[in-house]
Amino acid sequence: MTTIITILFFAVAYGMILYLISVGLSVTMGLMGFVNLAHGVFAMLGGYVTVMMMNRLGVPFLPALAIGCVLVAMLGFVLERTLYRHLYGRSELDQVLFSIGLVLVSVAIVRIVWGPLAQPMQLPEYLKGQVSIAGITLPAYRLALVGFGTAVIAGLWFMFDRTLFGARIRAAVDNRAMAQSIGINTSRLFSLAFGLGTGLAALGGGLGADVLAIAPAYPLQYIVYFLIVVAVGGLGDIKGPFVAALVIGLADTLCRYFLPEAGSIFIFAFVFLVLLWRPNGIIERR
Amino acid sequence: MTGTATLETQSLNMSFGSVPIINDVTFTLRPGERRALIGPNGAGKTTFVNLLTGRLHPSSGSVLLNGHDITEVGEARRIRMGIGRTFQITSLFPKLTVRENVFLAVAECEGIASRLFRSAFHHGAQVARVDELVHRVGLGDVANTQAQFLPYGRQRLLEIAIALALRPKILLLDEPAAGIPTAESHVILDIIATLPKEIAVLLIDHDMDLVFRFAQQISVLVQGSILVEGAPRDIAADPRVREVYLGDSKHGLPAAA
Amino acid sequence: MTTIPAPPVAVIAAPSGLARLLQLVPWFVVAGLPLVLPGYEPLAMQVFVMILFALSLDLLVGYAGIVTLGHAGLFGMGAYTAGILSVHGVTDPIVTALAAMVVAALTGLVFGAAMLRTKGLTLLMLTMAAAFLLYEIANKATGLTGGEDGLQGVSFTPVLGLFAFDFRGKTAFFYSLVALFLVFTFVRILINSPFGWSLRGIRENDARMVAIGCPILQRRVVAYVISAALAGLAGALQAQTTQFVALHSLSFELSGNILIMLILGGSGRLYGAFVGVPAFMFAQDLLAKQDPANWFLGQGIILIAMVMLAPGGMLGIAERAMAAIKRRLS
Ligand SMILES: Nc1ncnc2c1ncn2[C@@H]1O[C@H](COP(=O)(O)OP(=O)(O)OP(=O)(O)O)[C@@H](O)[C@H]1O
Ligand SMILES: [Mg+2]
Repeated sequence: MTTIITILFFAVAYGMILYLISVGLSVTMGLMGFVNLAHGVFAMLGGYVTVMMMNRLGVPFLPALAIGCVLVAMLGFVLERTLYRHLYGRSELDQVLFSIGLVLVSVAIVRIVWGPLAQPMQLPEYLKGQVSIAGITLPAYRLALVGFGTAVIAGLWFMFDRTLFGARIRAAVDNRAMAQSIGINTSRLFSLAFGLGTGLAALGGGLGADVLAIAPAYPLQYIVYFLIVVAVGGLGDIKGPFVAALVIGLADTLCRYFLPEAGSIFIFAFVFLVLLWRPNGIIERR
Repeated sequence: MTGTATLETQSLNMSFGSVPIINDVTFTLRPGERRALIGPNGAGKTTFVNLLTGRLHPSSGSVLLNGHDITEVGEARRIRMGIGRTFQITSLFPKLTVRENVFLAVAECEGIASRLFRSAFHHGAQVARVDELVHRVGLGDVANTQAQFLPYGRQRLLEIAIALALRPKILLLDEPAAGIPTAESHVILDIIATLPKEIAVLLIDHDMDLVFRFAQQISVLVQGSILVEGAPRDIAADPRVREVYLGDSKHGLPAAA
Repeated sequence: MTTIPAPPVAVIAAPSGLARLLQLVPWFVVAGLPLVLPGYEPLAMQVFVMILFALSLDLLVGYAGIVTLGHAGLFGMGAYTAGILSVHGVTDPIVTALAAMVVAALTGLVFGAAMLRTKGLTLLMLTMAAAFLLYEIANKATGLTGGEDGLQGVSFTPVLGLFAFDFRGKTAFFYSLVALFLVFTFVRILINSPFGWSLRGIRENDARMVAIGCPILQRRVVAYVISAALAGLAGALQAQTTQFVALHSLSFELSGNILIMLILGGSGRLYGAFVGVPAFMFAQDLLAKQDPANWFLGQGIILIAMVMLAPGGMLGIAERAMAAIKRRLS
């Protein structure tokens, strides 16, 4: 029983990381129709900045996360303005190739700067131990991860549903031309949304550095999971991907635990079938 | 091969979301008929054509071809059954040449399109048909130009050539003359005049001059419903129709004969 | 898509007998290379196999407009079919190559019929998921595939019972060159056929193809199955010429690399594969030897630059240069 709860907890923590990283991808893909295979780059960079600041400069965990998030969000904003926006009208193939190019460049740069090995995060003391709640012992780090992740997600949903910025994004996802014609500056909206999405990815990368190891191959290794969350969750939405991320996190964790000999076979078979069954994501949008 | 066909709808309804667009339309197009479908902007004419060809699906009612219910038949199959159409918003193969555009349609129509082992342009009979069609619509001088480089008016003609290549028994022309200078819009009528008599043609257009020169019968669609049908002179004289078009000088009806 | 189909005049006018003979010249030149550059056969046959693989991809990406990130799945199916058959005693190269084509074609049929109803991101994801699925199965079915260690003990009897695969790679060189020539000829016929043109039509405007009565799903599935068979053949050739099958033959990395090789040369141009593959493999040989980071960096920059500045790949650049020269002269 305890084991099951522990596993479920791990699955939720994993799903949350997947969600934080992927939600920005969902919004930007839905908003701009851009197939961005390079989204994992921003999560990786967030992870590197966070981990390096903690390990080398002794910056505490939360400030390191915040700095990583802000720096990467700024980078995302600039890249959107300088490179991405020139490719919005282009074919899917061009977008795929461009973003693969971006991945390769980032992999090379990270490898040159920080070396080929994975960078384990040195957790602060207060996150190292175990915490027991109602007789169930859970690692403090994952507990913090879930708590912090929940707060961020709550904030994000509030922003999406209740603020003018969120309403604008929803309007532009629904009908870009219409949004433009009622005076929404979609060009600025795109840059901001892109910056926000990459910032969230960086946050997810930093927060999850102990779950998805920070190494140069990161964007290649995990991109398929981020894309799965978006494709299964549905483009341009922020709640569909949450469900998708939890489902994927759960399925993957359970498989690894109970059926290690099957590896990821089930997860890919599952995704394949879900996408055939619901080509536009599990949560049907009108 | 030139069979005839009657296309009908029975109590056809269709809505986008909760907005009704087509309301209870019962309509018949008989072999050899030259019928025009007119109506103000947004009346639902294009939507109606899309329902006829299977591009859109009705929320209720049925579409019949020669008395057979084809409501559930997919678009491609309906086209193969002899319903050809042109698009109001030009829809071509932009990077292929005029001949190649027409060839694609000829190949589908003549059932050679899934042949793998013989060069397309060694199919002499089909290529001859392509060239004949290209000349018939007056595009002979640009036969080897990519469609995207044609002026808009000539793209409209290519659109018609593609539809004719399908040997339709029923031809649905959605504003074929839009984009063609008014002085030249008679070419559309000339092309229609070359068609076999038994083909049924439904023409949608806002140019009343063209409509009245073309039509033997006119159906007027207003807000998704057929307001009135009849011979051109009756339509021109009908007070309800005149009211719908009143003050619209560009699309003005000719004075009642 | 940023491809520009061949000028129609070239297609309509069948090449004269002399022109046809001239087109054979490069093949004879390549066939004579071992005389001039002995010792390069193993590298050359790798290039041939990859060109063949890229040609199969061009049919999808360049002509049918189907972007796939999982083409290695089909290549690997071919490689493993040939390899596993040989381990179990079926060692005739031609028989195993045909078997590999059939297995890959069936795989393509099953996945293609399911996937090709969708498009955009969903299709892209499905192609990826399908290939990852095959990879994981091969990875875990160690009894059959050898898992991460690769399939050991692959060997084949002489081609046609006459030409044994030798250490220097001479037989493998000519064997793969002949296979490439046959496939090239087949693909060239295919893309000029009515079927080939209808694929271009689907690529350019699939909605319009439906409106001229084309069963586009069926057409796309046929293209996918043909492409799968050719990819499977490429995989079988690789197993036969290297006497080894590794998981890499099913990997996302290979799917990505073959796409990059094709685009680098120029997709939808038939000869793109012949330009892109050697260029890629040469650069890889040069750069990756020093530091993989350099290779990634170079590849990434070239990809970005090509998309931003030079769509159409190397052949696209050449076409534009030729057009510019012609304009100057006239
Ligand atoms: N995809 C769509 N979604 C929602 N509403 C639509 C859609 N397409 C058309 N409409 C609406 O349906 C109505 C009928 O449109 P339709 O294009 O059939 O009119 P039409 O008679 O062809 O007009 P026109 O003369 O301008 O071509 C219009 O009010 C239009 O706004
Ligand atoms: Mg209309």
